[in-house]
Amino acid sequence: MTAGFLVASAFLASAVEFVEALTIVLAAGITRGWRSSLAGLGAATVALAAIVAALGPALTLIPIDALRLVVGALLLAFGLQWLRKAILRASGYKALHDEAEIFAREQADARAAGSEQRAGLDWYAFTLSFKGVLLEGLEVAFIVITFGSAQGSIGLAALGAAVALVLVAIVGIAVRGPLTRVPENTLKFAVGVMLTTFGIFWSTEGAGAHWPGDEASLPGVLAFVILLSAAAIATLKRRRQPAFA
Amino acid sequence: MNHIRAFGLFWWDFVVGDDWRAAAGVLLAIGLTAALVATGLDAWWLMPPAVAAVLALSLRRASR
Repeated sequence: MTAGFLVASAFLASAVEFVEALTIVLAAGITRGWRSSLAGLGAATVALAAIVAALGPALTLIPIDALRLVVGALLLAFGLQWLRKAILRASGYKALHDEAEIFAREQADARAAGSEQRAGLDWYAFTLSFKGVLLEGLEVAFIVITFGSAQGSIGLAALGAAVALVLVAIVGIAVRGPLTRVPENTLKFAVGVMLTTFGIFWSTEGAGAHWPGDEASLPGVLAFVILLSAAAIATLKRRRQPAFA
Repeated sequence: MNHIRAFGLFWWDFVVGDDWRAAAGVLLAIGLTAALVATGLDAWWLMPPAVAAVLALSLRRASR
């Protein structure tokens, strides 16, 4: 149950980030040329692999309670951000994330940028692709390392992220355009719920308290976060609707 | 130096985001849980309502 929850959480969170990275790589590739865009993607992938390889094993040396406290606090702060934005989007207080619009904006910026060649590469396309993949990838690395280390299984979390990467890459190559049909706002909401759930669970355990039934209480925490989010959306929607006279 | 600052800002924005009060509320709730545990009380029940309060206040600020 917990293993499935862990893989699903890492998969969903990573899929969202990979879709965003794909949009940037595609915008750079289509507008400025694939060679430089793919070189940026490759360089960022190597940098990310080095970061995960360095940090992952180091984290396993920290005592599990201290690790869960820090990871729980980080995940909770991070998860509440996602959840808050998702609730504001769902209730109409914030614009929905639109991958097609972001793609069009990135393409316009890429067309307007000047041409500078370095090491035989179009430097704009290389750096745009490199930065996009590195920043989105860092979020994936953070999620994989925190989820995996607190649960004692970085491998399972990495598996969820790897499946997401392969899936997004296959669909991206097939579509050759931004993945506008991916229900990104719903995915972001689900990720916010999962991050907050794990954050509540692990920060409590890290603080020294023990959940009744240990990990069996995770579905209860999940249900609580879902109900809390639904209530928040309903309240905010009600507040936005003008009252009938 | 600029790179170090940019790196620090990236992580601040990444973890804390645009509402530092929510992150502070999370830390306060964790500290309170640890303090209650230190007195011998298994305060597993504290974090869910604390998170509900932090989220509600954060949403209220954002939707004003």
